[in-house]
Amino acid sequence: MNYHITHRTLYEYAAPVSVSHHVARLEPRDTSTQSSDSFSLQIFPEPALRKARTDYFGNQLCFFAIQEIHSKLEIITSSRVTVQPKTSTQNESTAPWESVAEMFRDPVSPEVIEPYQFVFDSPQVRASQELAAYARESFGKDTPLLVGARELTRRLNKDFKFDPRATTVATPLEEVWQKRRGVCQDFAHLGIACLRSLGLPARYVSGYLRTRPPEGKSRLVGVDASHAWFGIFCPGTGWVDFDPTNNVQPAEEHIIVAYGRDYGDVSPVAGILTGGGAHEVRVSVDVEPLE
Amino acid sequence: MSEAGENKNRRDQPPMIQSQLQSTPEDTSFAKKATPEKLLSGYKGSAGAFDELLAKDGEIFPHYAKLLGELEEFGSAELSRRADACQRFVHEHGITYNVYGDPRGMERPWQLDPIPFVIAPEEWQKLETGLIQRATLLNKILADCYGAQDLIRSRWLSPALVFGQPDFLRPCHGIKMPGDIFLHFYAADLARSPDGRWWVVSDRTQIPTGAGYALANRLVTSRILPEPFRDNHVHRLAGFFLATQNALAQLAPRQADKARVVMLTPGPHNETYFEQAYVARYLGYMLVEGQDLTVRDNHVWLKTLSGLERVDVILRRVDDDFCDPLELRNDSILGVPGLVEAVRAGTVVIANALGSGLVQSPAFMSFLPGLCRHLLNEPLKLPSVATWWCGQKAAREHVLKHLDKLIVKPAFRTQQGLADAGFEDLKQRIEFDPDLFVAQERIELSTAPSWEKNSLAAQPVSLRVFLVTDGQGGYSVMPGGLTRVLPDSGGKFISMQRGGGSSKDTWIPSATPVDEVTLLHSTNQNVELRRTGNNLPSRLADNFFWLGRYSERADATSRLLRSALLRFNPERTGGAKPLLAPLLQTLETQGQLPGISAKPELWSNAEAFEAELLAAIFDPTRHGSLRQTAEQLQRLAMLVRDRTSNDMWRVLSQIDDRLATPPSSKRVMLAGDAVGVLNQTLLGLAAFHGLARENMTRAQAWRFLDMGLRLERTVYLCTLLEATLLSPDAENPSLLEAILEVVDSSITFRSRYNLLPTIPAVFDLVLLDDKNPRSVLFQIKQLVKHFEKLPKERGDAASPGKTVLENCQSRLERADARELASPSAKWSDSALAETVRQTLRVLPQLSNAIAASYFAHSAISRTGRGEVQ
Repeated sequence: MNYHITHRTLYEYAAPVSVSHHVARLEPRDTSTQSSDSFSLQIFPEPALRKARTDYFGNQLCFFAIQEIHSKLEIITSSRVTVQPKTSTQNESTAPWESVAEMFRDPVSPEVIEPYQFVFDSPQVRASQELAAYARESFGKDTPLLVGARELTRRLNKDFKFDPRATTVATPLEEVWQKRRGVCQDFAHLGIACLRSLGLPARYVSGYLRTRPPEGKSRLVGVDASHAWFGIFCPGTGWVDFDPTNNVQPAEEHIIVAYGRDYGDVSPVAGILTGGGAHEVRVSVDVEPLE
Repeated sequence: MSEAGENKNRRDQPPMIQSQLQSTPEDTSFAKKATPEKLLSGYKGSAGAFDELLAKDGEIFPHYAKLLGELEEFGSAELSRRADACQRFVHEHGITYNVYGDPRGMERPWQLDPIPFVIAPEEWQKLETGLIQRATLLNKILADCYGAQDLIRSRWLSPALVFGQPDFLRPCHGIKMPGDIFLHFYAADLARSPDGRWWVVSDRTQIPTGAGYALANRLVTSRILPEPFRDNHVHRLAGFFLATQNALAQLAPRQADKARVVMLTPGPHNETYFEQAYVARYLGYMLVEGQDLTVRDNHVWLKTLSGLERVDVILRRVDDDFCDPLELRNDSILGVPGLVEAVRAGTVVIANALGSGLVQSPAFMSFLPGLCRHLLNEPLKLPSVATWWCGQKAAREHVLKHLDKLIVKPAFRTQQGLADAGFEDLKQRIEFDPDLFVAQERIELSTAPSWEKNSLAAQPVSLRVFLVTDGQGGYSVMPGGLTRVLPDSGGKFISMQRGGGSSKDTWIPSATPVDEVTLLHSTNQNVELRRTGNNLPSRLADNFFWLGRYSERADATSRLLRSALLRFNPERTGGAKPLLAPLLQTLETQGQLPGISAKPELWSNAEAFEAELLAAIFDPTRHGSLRQTAEQLQRLAMLVRDRTSNDMWRVLSQIDDRLATPPSSKRVMLAGDAVGVLNQTLLGLAAFHGLARENMTRAQAWRFLDMGLRLERTVYLCTLLEATLLSPDAENPSLLEAILEVVDSSITFRSRYNLLPTIPAVFDLVLLDDKNPRSVLFQIKQLVKHFEKLPKERGDAASPGKTVLENCQSRLERADARELASPSAKWSDSALAETVRQTLRVLPQLSNAIAASYFAHSAISRTGRGEVQ
């Protein structure tokens, strides 16, 4: 499947900004099932300094600095991405989760050092005994790893209510857990925290999701949004993604931009301004399937 | 001389001698005069610990003999006197450390024991070798973790120790450091176990603090014990700081002679702020906060009054994850946005490298012996205290089995403490997430002689030592260190932050006289002559301005209160009221006696009235009291500590001390006592202003201080003059005399007019006479002069502040007191009153204009953390 994705972010500041520094992670990644065919990033006003590089997790990022006085900032990306259908995983034939957790206890084999990084607590995701107990309901004795992960995804979807007003990016996971409400980012964090509480490696994935118009209606432009889900490392198979917000195992309709330990590693645009005061942000995302 | 050499070859343990005073030829002189019995009569080390002074058989180790002999010669009384001098020096130099979460009296005086800790030179040499090896090793580990990560892949290092640690800063991975130096400064805490061996108890690689306190301890101790200091040929500390200067200059991306090194501080509330200011001044570096720096074009710049100036090297006292809110902790307000990218680009070097806190985790200790053999091909020379990291299976099992005998600690910095955890709770937590815990063996600390109740007592000590890179892959060690003393034993380790313990100077004696080292460069070079110092950061200009304002506020408040107290007579309070009214109203308007005019009942109750005045002086909880103003002065003085002289600091701290300890308790304090305190306060302020006027160069700092003073004086003067004209008794000569007294112009008045004061004569002198340094016009003219000398604003011919001032000046210059005072129905409606009011109106505008032009430090804000849905 080919997609053309347009992502616009517009900041309007209450007071003039004299200098701003930003980091943007907006360029879709190349993966075994996805290729980024073209990508452009436009920034207004034109930054005095702009540098692209690869971050610790292999994501493409763009650092830019605006040094002229400005009261708004617009960032527009345009990407063309090819997504291959994923070969469906044989969840039932994966190894029992306990044996996978055992692989990630010290000392670990050098072959799994890369996924090993995702076993540990990260700034926004902390393992706890409470989450471990919740996760164990999906991971009974000898449950195959991906059967457990699929079941956990289903339960997160059922037990937690999607509610954009319940949380912000700053809401700690403990509060999401208590309120039983949140958005895709919170659900991804919850899934990761549950898996890590069992000693399993799990990572945060940010990207886009193709949305389908209701039956008989035409597709609306620009109403899509950034999306987030989680991935779990399965020995022999590699990373396998799950989307608790939509209770699916991503196939051809999820486009991966970046991954990291949690949202903090991959936030699409982060900036520090001198001046600016309060600000408003408007984001529009359009995921257009190309025939 | 030969002793030391022999000992080096002969023994591993500190050598012992047969009788106390025969180790070197010089010592014989003491043997004749005194025996050490008296000072040592109560000296007794604890049974299970090594004693630094006495060997097992009760004999004195030779490296202590000379010091002890001289102490004996001084005798208890003299030592007692010197111990008092020690405390006084500490206080006068303002040597302090801060305790978090203690807003009142947050600043604690530093505790210094007058008796130095002495280490035998041959033993010190061995420690040095071991410490240099350890620093080299830790640096190599850092270079690998932030680079190739071979140690992890080849399993010399458990990956969990790196990946699982919050101090592993992923954005800093891959950053190249000049000379592959990540660890520019290193400190270690050492302790000596009962068998006499030294152990490393903790490594400090993130921000190795304490070298400044070691220097301060040396300064004081060498002053109170000059004879033993000289006779022991103690190694000097200056060489270490010289090595620091050289190392940092070499790191600079630009040529060394152009390089600007700054020290980045989290600010005055940081626990070791004193040390930061002290070391920055000693090394000649500017002490800056994050908001003083900005990143433009991927370079770091210092914001000064006259523009941006490039920074090459940052000596960092801010935790690494707080250094850049963009790429590191985004909730940090201490750092500089864009700093990591500038470091990555190589335009600035930060010491220690961002991320160097990684190897500070005690969990690394158990890997060091293996890593040392692997990386350096030699055994680890200086052992760490026995450490088990629970992330490893065998270690975990050992720890769980011996929980009662070990000290369990968090493995990583950002974890919460474990102080109250019970064994069962601890067990469960270790089993759930073993990586997060280490356990260490308890060390019974060795004891050393310390001053206690007029004699010497054995107290437990540990030693913090300091190393700095030589820029070539090696390190130099400070010959000495910071010895810390724990008041009572118990195997627990010492924490300054918890407010425990005292400290000591640390002496490494030498058999021969030592080299004198100076931090000043040799004079052979051609020196470019300079008439200006470094440019003033705008934040400091702001602080100086307010220092000036508060010093004058304290002065004016003291004068008004003093005159009020002197005129206050309980016998006839009602009669005194009209004469006091303008004074009290001025104090009310300016916030020292809020709402006093609305409390007429006070006039008939002499006791309550007096209590009100005394509260305005002494009450620390009362907004605007003199005591609070003095505290503000102290606070501001601390903010500009590295830019003012010790004398200025001392004068201000004496003022604060005096107000904090009134001559008698409030209940029985007499007005006369309070007047005495006010007199002393005014003398102190006069000393402060005198020091400012006579000792500060006429550069920007002085200018802003004086502007603050002039502005504040104008405010109080005009408020008082307006209040006078509003009074129905304005013409009363007694009232006018009080006004002259408050503004310190009585003598001048009497020398000019041989008559009772009248309004035109008084106002001519106090409002319009530009020869009178207490007049309004004098202040305005000074302010205009300052404005002319300030850096010009960009493309702004006449700044708004200057225009306002010049209008005010010409209005006052044109004025004639007799005309203005032409008879009118009421003085409050006169042209004179209008002139005063016009001036008063101008002042807030002026203050705002100064702030807008020179003190603009815009707040930073963040975006882009809420778009995902």
